[in-house]
Amino acid sequence: MPEVEVRLTQVYKAFGSDATGRRVAKYIQPDDSGLIVAVDHIDLEVQDGEFFSLLGPSGCGKTTTLRMIGGFEQPTSGKIELAGQDVTWLPPYQRNVNTVFQNYALFPHLSIFDNVAFGLRRRHIEESEVRQRVSEMLELVELPGYERRKPGQISGGQAQRVALARALVNKPSVLLLDEPLGALDLKLRKQMQVELKRIQEEVGITFIYVTHDQEEAMTMSDRIAVMNRGKYEQLGDPETLYERPATEFVAGFLGVSNLLPATLGQADGDNVMATLADGVMVRVPAAAVNGETSIKVGVRPEKIRLHADAATIPETANRLKGRVMDASYLGASTSYIIKSPSGARLTVFEQNIGRASHGSLHQPGQEVHLSWSAEHTFAVPTSSTTTSSSPDVD
Amino acid sequence: MRKTLRSRRAIPYLLMAPGLLWLLLFFVVPNLQMLLFSLSEGTLRTGFTTPPQVWDWQNFTGGIDQFSNNFRNSIVYGGLATILCFLIGYPLAYSIAFKGGRWKSLLLFMVIAPFFTSFLIRTISWKIILGNDGPLLALVRDVLHVVPANFSILGTPLAVVGGLTYQFLPFMVLPLYISIDKVDRRLIEAAQDLYAGPWRRGGAIVGGIAGALLLIALQLGLGYTSATGEDATITGILVGMVIGAVVGGVIGGYLVSQSFIRVTFPLSLPGVFAASILTFIPAIGDYVNAQLLGSPTTQMVGNVIQGRFLAQNDYPIAAALAFILMAGILLSIALYARLLGTDELTGGTA
Repeated sequence: MPEVEVRLTQVYKAFGSDATGRRVAKYIQPDDSGLIVAVDHIDLEVQDGEFFSLLGPSGCGKTTTLRMIGGFEQPTSGKIELAGQDVTWLPPYQRNVNTVFQNYALFPHLSIFDNVAFGLRRRHIEESEVRQRVSEMLELVELPGYERRKPGQISGGQAQRVALARALVNKPSVLLLDEPLGALDLKLRKQMQVELKRIQEEVGITFIYVTHDQEEAMTMSDRIAVMNRGKYEQLGDPETLYERPATEFVAGFLGVSNLLPATLGQADGDNVMATLADGVMVRVPAAAVNGETSIKVGVRPEKIRLHADAATIPETANRLKGRVMDASYLGASTSYIIKSPSGARLTVFEQNIGRASHGSLHQPGQEVHLSWSAEHTFAVPTSSTTTSSSPDVD
Repeated sequence: MRKTLRSRRAIPYLLMAPGLLWLLLFFVVPNLQMLLFSLSEGTLRTGFTTPPQVWDWQNFTGGIDQFSNNFRNSIVYGGLATILCFLIGYPLAYSIAFKGGRWKSLLLFMVIAPFFTSFLIRTISWKIILGNDGPLLALVRDVLHVVPANFSILGTPLAVVGGLTYQFLPFMVLPLYISIDKVDRRLIEAAQDLYAGPWRRGGAIVGGIAGALLLIALQLGLGYTSATGEDATITGILVGMVIGAVVGGVIGGYLVSQSFIRVTFPLSLPGVFAASILTFIPAIGDYVNAQLLGSPTTQMVGNVIQGRFLAQNDYPIAAALAFILMAGILLSIALYARLLGTDELTGGTA
C-alpha cells in the first residue's frame, strides 16, 4: 500500500471580487455574496510515486488547487498535508515541492546552469555537489552542453526541459506541473508527453499535472481527477473514466459521447433494461447504474457498428435505427453523424478497414442500423444543470 | 517597381531629417562655437581672438585649477543626490509597481505632480521652508529643541543636496518604475518555489556595509556629523557609521528577500542604469539649488559657468568649464556602462 504523499481535506478557496481575484474572475462568475469560488471543498489523496492529473476546462479550479499545494495561494478553509505534515500556511520556500510553471518562468538573466542550480544554491548545497547534480539533471533532460546559454537562446521545447530540470534537481517529494506543454506545438507536445512519463518513472517522484487536454492527461496519468466548477466530478484511472464516466460532464469532456435520455426499467440478468425516448429498449450493465431511474444512456462513437441490414446484428446487442446525415473521411476512420427517428444525433467512428475504393461505405441520406454491445453501454444521471458537454478544444 | 522600393528606402531618412537638422542647428553648431570660444582669448568688451589665431589651452588647465572646489562640489553634491534619489526612489517605484494596484496611475501622477509648478518657484519654496525663520527650524529648534539655537540648514551643503534630491527624484522614479513593473511576477514565484526566502544573514551583512558606507559618504560630503549635528570629526563619523550599519543591517535582514536580490533587482538593473544617469547628469550641472539654497562655499561648477557667461561675459573660461564638465560626464557614463555591462545600456536581451 503506497503512502499518501499529498492530502487535501475540505479545501475551499474563494476570491473576493476585487482586484486580487482577477485571474480567476475571468472565467468564474461570482455567487450571490459576491465571492468567486475557485475550489469548492475538495478532498484529495495523491499516492507516493503517482502520476496524478487534474483535468478540466478553464476556470474549473485546477490551477488554483495546484497553486495551493505549491504555497502560492492559501485556502480560505481546509487543510493541505504533504507527507503527513500540515503545510497549509507554509510559504512556498518552506515546502519540499517544486513547480514547472506554465510559461516555464526561467530567469532570463541567468545561464541555464545557474537557472538549474538556483534551488540548490538557495539551500546552501556545496558548489561541487551543485555542479554534479546540475550536469546529471541536464543529462536526464537531454540538454548536456547547454550550461552557458541564456534562456533567450534556446527553443521552447528546450526551455521546457530546463524548467523540468530546474525543479527536479531539488529532489522534491512532489513535482507540480501547470500545463507545462501548453506552449509547444503538437508534435513536440506528443514527444514531451512520452518524455515526461519516462522521466517520472526514472526519478520516481510524485507528479501532479494540471491540464485541460484530455488526451495529454490520459497518455501519462495513473489517475485523473476531472474537475468542473471547483469540484472534481470523477476520480479514477484513465480507462475507468473513459469506459464508465460517472457524469455527463466527464462523458463529454473525455472524448466524444453519445448520450440518449432514457428511463430505467426491469433488470435482465447482469443488465438493466432502459427505455429510450422513442420507446426503443437498450441494455445497460447493472454495474453502470446507481439507482436513479431518469438517466442518460451513453455509448462511445467507436463502439457502434453500422449495418445496412438489421439481420446481421447479434441478438444480444443494443440496436437503433437512423439516417446518415454526414460522413467525414478522417484517414484512419470515417466519422458519421446519424440522426435517430427521435431526433437525437449520434456520432459514429468506423475504422477504414478493407475498403477497396474511395468514398464512404454509407452515404448521407442512407438508412442504417446501429448496434453496440451492452457491455459498452454506460449510464449517467441526468444533470440538473445544463453543463456544456463539449470538450474544451484548444 | 524598383523606383518605389528606392523611394521607400528613403523614407526613414526623410523622417529623421527634421530631427537631424534640429540637432545640427541647435546642438552641433553651438557646440562648435563653444569649442572655438573655449580656445579663445579676450572678453566681450575687447573682442575675441579665436583659433586659428590663438589656441589658448590655458582656459582648460587654468579652469580646472581655479575652480577645482566647484568641480568637487558638483561631483559630491550631484553624486550624493543621485544616491539619495536612488534610496528613496527604488522603494517608492517598487511599491507603486508591486503594491499600487488600481492606484498605480494616481501614485505615478503624484510623483510627477511637482513638475506642474515652476522649477524656480519650488526651489524658492524650499528656501522659505528651510530658512532660519522657516517652519522646519521652528519645529526642531524652538518646539522640539533637538538642535542648538544657532543651527541652520539654509546655506549648507545639506540644503543643496536636499534640494537636488527633491528636484530630480521623479527622474529617478519613472525609469525605475518602468523597469520594475516589467519584471514578470511568475519569476518571483519561481524563485520562491526554489527556496528563495528571507535574506536574513546575507541581507544583514550587505545592508550593514551599505548603510555604513552611505553614512560615511554623507557625513564627509555634507561636512558635518549626523550623530551630533556638529562639524565632521573622526569620532562623530564613526558613530554615524555604526548607526548606518545597524539601520542598513536591519533593513537588509528583514525587508529584503532573496527573490528580490536574485531576481527582481537584477532584472531592474537597466532601469537603475537609466535612472541614475538621468538623475546624475542634470544634478551635477545644476546651479539653481546651489544658488538659492547654498552659500558662496557650496557653489557648484554650474554656478561658475553661469556667472562667467552672464555676469562677467568671460566666454572662453565659461566655455572651457562647460566642456570639462561635459567630458567628465561622458567619461563617467562610459565607465559606468562598462561596469554594469553594455547589455544594460541597450536595454538588455531579456
